[in-house]
Amino acid sequence: MPKLTIDGMEVTVEPGTSIIQAAEQLGIEIPRFCYHDKLSVPANCRMCLVEVEKSPKPVASCAMPCAEDMKVHTNSPQAQKARKGVIEMLLINHPLDCPICDQGGECDLQDQTVAFGFDRSRYREEKRAVKDKDLGPLIKTTMTRCIHCTRCVRFGDEIAGIDEMGVLNRGEHLEIGTYVQQMVTSELSGNIIDICPVGALTSKPYEFTARPWELRKVESIDVSDAVGSNIRIDTRSGAVLRVLPRLHEGVNEEWISDKARFCIDGLKNQRLDRPYVRVNGKLEPASWNQAFAEITEKLANADGKKIGAVAGDLADCESMAALKDLLAAYGSKNLECRQDGAQFDVSQACGWRFNTTIAGIENADVILLVGTNPRHEAALVNARIRKTWLAKRIKIGVIGQQVDLNYPVKYLGAGPETLAELASGKGAFAEILSKAQNPMIIVGQGALSRDDGMEIHALVRAVAEKFNMVKEGWNGFNVLHTQASRVGALELGFVGGDLEKMLKGDVLYLLGADEIPVGSIGKDNFVIYQGHHGDAAAARADVILPGAAYTEKNATYVNVEGRAQQAKQAIFPPGEAREDWKIIRALSEAVGKTLPYDDIAQLRARMAKANPVFANIDTVQPAAWKPFGKDGKHDAAPFSLVISNFYMTDVISRASRVMEECTAAFLNGTKEKTGTHG
Amino acid sequence: MLDDKDRIFTNLYGWLGADLKSAQERGNWSGTKDILAKGRDWIIEEVKKSELRGRGGAGFPTGMKWSFMPKESKDGRPSYLVINADESEPGTCKDRDIIRHEPHTIIEGALIASFAMNSHACYIYIRGEFYHEAVALQKAIDEAYDAGLVGKNACGSGWEFDIYLHRGAGAYICGEETALLNSLEGKKGFPRNKPPFPAGAGLYACPTTVNNIETIAVVPEILRRGASWFAGIGNEKNRGTKVFCISGHVNNPCNVEEAMSIPLKELIEKHGGGVRGGWDNLLAVIPGGSSTRLLPKDLCETVLMDFDSLRAVNSSLGTAAVIVMDKSTDIVYAIARLARFYWHESCGQCTPCREGTGWMYRIMQRMVKGEANIEEIDMLLDIGSEIEGHTICAHGDASAWPIQGLIKHFRPEMERRILEYRKRIAA
Repeated sequence: MPKLTIDGMEVTVEPGTSIIQAAEQLGIEIPRFCYHDKLSVPANCRMCLVEVEKSPKPVASCAMPCAEDMKVHTNSPQAQKARKGVIEMLLINHPLDCPICDQGGECDLQDQTVAFGFDRSRYREEKRAVKDKDLGPLIKTTMTRCIHCTRCVRFGDEIAGIDEMGVLNRGEHLEIGTYVQQMVTSELSGNIIDICPVGALTSKPYEFTARPWELRKVESIDVSDAVGSNIRIDTRSGAVLRVLPRLHEGVNEEWISDKARFCIDGLKNQRLDRPYVRVNGKLEPASWNQAFAEITEKLANADGKKIGAVAGDLADCESMAALKDLLAAYGSKNLECRQDGAQFDVSQACGWRFNTTIAGIENADVILLVGTNPRHEAALVNARIRKTWLAKRIKIGVIGQQVDLNYPVKYLGAGPETLAELASGKGAFAEILSKAQNPMIIVGQGALSRDDGMEIHALVRAVAEKFNMVKEGWNGFNVLHTQASRVGALELGFVGGDLEKMLKGDVLYLLGADEIPVGSIGKDNFVIYQGHHGDAAAARADVILPGAAYTEKNATYVNVEGRAQQAKQAIFPPGEAREDWKIIRALSEAVGKTLPYDDIAQLRARMAKANPVFANIDTVQPAAWKPFGKDGKHDAAPFSLVISNFYMTDVISRASRVMEECTAAFLNGTKEKTGTHG
Repeated sequence: MLDDKDRIFTNLYGWLGADLKSAQERGNWSGTKDILAKGRDWIIEEVKKSELRGRGGAGFPTGMKWSFMPKESKDGRPSYLVINADESEPGTCKDRDIIRHEPHTIIEGALIASFAMNSHACYIYIRGEFYHEAVALQKAIDEAYDAGLVGKNACGSGWEFDIYLHRGAGAYICGEETALLNSLEGKKGFPRNKPPFPAGAGLYACPTTVNNIETIAVVPEILRRGASWFAGIGNEKNRGTKVFCISGHVNNPCNVEEAMSIPLKELIEKHGGGVRGGWDNLLAVIPGGSSTRLLPKDLCETVLMDFDSLRAVNSSLGTAAVIVMDKSTDIVYAIARLARFYWHESCGQCTPCREGTGWMYRIMQRMVKGEANIEEIDMLLDIGSEIEGHTICAHGDASAWPIQGLIKHFRPEMERRILEYRKRIAA
């Protein structure tokens, strides 16, 4: 372990640590443009040059590994001169358009020029201009501003697995671009906006919207998939203006999917901002009291057995817990969260969690994907798989639909028969699995959302057990969910009712549930819809209670791993809409079944008492391995995929114009538009 | 002056055949098997003793470079020898003649060097524009294969050796050793960061040595005649013979193999046929290819042509490409043209060189006309210092040096132009 001195401070580091990392351990920040923790090191910006004693030239601290007895000076005259020079060079061909640049105020070049640069320019010659590139509906380019750090290219190559972007030409004519004009087709593409140190790549939907210092920043949790990405919500005057990723090594590292980042304009459209009551077959605006009175009347005469509740994909744990309690007061256990009709055994936590954990993927050496397209179902889980593949060239097998994944896979078959064959130890991949140290299986909803889901559940368990995927210190069995609410609902026990029966009952309480077969709801069924978007189910409702979206409430969500995380309220719900658990609490009082909690702390304490998952925020507690599933015959039908359009999967993204544009550009973009289009 | 008997390249001018038979008549491929039989360590030791320094420009001791290579592969990675034939430095044309007329010295040297470095494969990266040279070299390689000199059982030594010729696509920067490796791998010709050095992780991340064509070509003759013979030529630390390229305003531009440390004046007078219009008509000499700092006439009188003597006068031997400029030369324009070359050939990877070369070139363009301020001469020096030593490879240094040389020795000329230009526009 080399011991070195940086600015007079001694530090001992792991072999292979670069000077810039060692300096970071000491709290010394060396300025940089091209270096990024999560990407390879090209050392091309030359901003991080430092003086190393006995070295004739300044040294690029990002690329130079620490050596024993090295004496580094990060702020010596030599280092300062080098930095000044680099800043000056970067600025000679960088336009001085900061006043009209979206990066202004959060621009690395701006900040570092102030900190390390000259106060004036000596450049008198002509500046270079570069043609802008069309990278699709999400990323705006102003390529003249590019400083060629190649972070975007490396992100594409290494993280997103797209090789569309590259460096063209040479010298002063260097350009970042796609050699053949094309869009960047990755579900992680928005991240290149964040990593771009200047304003060359900026967010198209956010174009000319706000300056960073005008924004209120709230650290929260994303709900566009079940990963539970950590996000920062930036708001101004009661509107969500953008969403950025927040570092969480265990979950999303520092990336988020495009849907999480760009669906937020859907928060403004189609909103339910006041209660509605159906009068003479038509939904009429009503007051909260009127809506509650309507419900009270209906519930007073209802048979507890015929009251049901369905939790939607975006439901938070607090509201589900409260709703469960409310139904319990009526003696009803008709609860369901699996709107898609997924059938699997819910008796054991190990049976429906992502047991390996997302970070744990990096320890796997063989991965079997069953009935899933992780790229669309959980883009950041997929990014981890790719990261692991890139680091170790692990073997990955696929059973189900053949999908375009950004790492090579071995396609094994389409359905349960292949799985059964594997379970019996036949085939080349069985041999690979049996030799693996840390094999893992990822089962998607495509494999479980079918009538024989219970049997498939048992079958995948058999595969996991056959290949020793579950052992001391390693649990390789994983179920991948796609809905932010799903695991939380399962942890709360918001499950077990018969959806078919509930649809034909007397009262149906839909907590943001829009993906159920709305058309099959019985004619006489009294439907209470509580949610934030006027989507499919609200149209069928008899009473609408306007709730809050994920940006508008303090709420707990549990991600695929079983990691409870708390979202923070960034703005207020629109109009008369209220936080969801409060609505249920208020309703309980109106119907005379007052729930025993008056604030969110009491409710959370109750949840924590019921399930330790909620007591330990942001931790994953391993679930004990117990048998689950039901042995039996399975259907031969191939596994399907649950997501056909990555950009539109929930009420928010379906209401988003940006996501609509993405759908048009990325999914239907192959069709040439003619003059008569739109 | 070098005796004819001490010449390594006896067919530098192509008066004799370049084919295998003619080459063998000149002594190439004689006793190669015996040399290999003496073993790896002996070869490296002998090259060390000969004090051969790399002929590509940097002058790193070849024997030491070879000794950095792993003796045996501990992790299964093969070792590679890569020969740099991407000769593109303006003024330099030595490798071209060696390839055309003495290809068998290269192939024999490649075999010996590869054997010494435990490499079974050698790649020759040849400049894309050298089409005829590539054809000639490939022909020689084919001859060597047919004669069993290389291949499965090279020269009957039992050593398996393959040699591949790869044509570049015409980028100057691909002559930089790590850019060359990237290009050879099929990537963009961007120089790599060091460390890791090629001897640790080079071609396909395997231990690699990159040598210049001339370095490799002289090795067999050194081993045949003995290290002491080679080390007996030239001054201390600058031993052996060297092919000098004399171009520009001389009566007889040529390539010539001479002893190291020959006085520059003698080189120009004897082999270049003297400066056009006589020695007194000399203005300046660029001694080692376009990137080296120029020498005004007074320094040219006495300077010796070797690594250390030229370093002492703040220039460098480089590729030993002597560019002679007489008094008819517009020296500012000449250096501005070189600045344009470095601007055009910058790979653009790292900031100072990408941005700075263009900046310097544009200022130089104005300097030619005098359309500048006196202070800009100092600014030009300062810009050069912002580039020099701050880049991944030496291209940044190479772009700054010619201008530094110009300002150091011809500052009055630059100032004169600026003042004249002012007078002209004032009138």
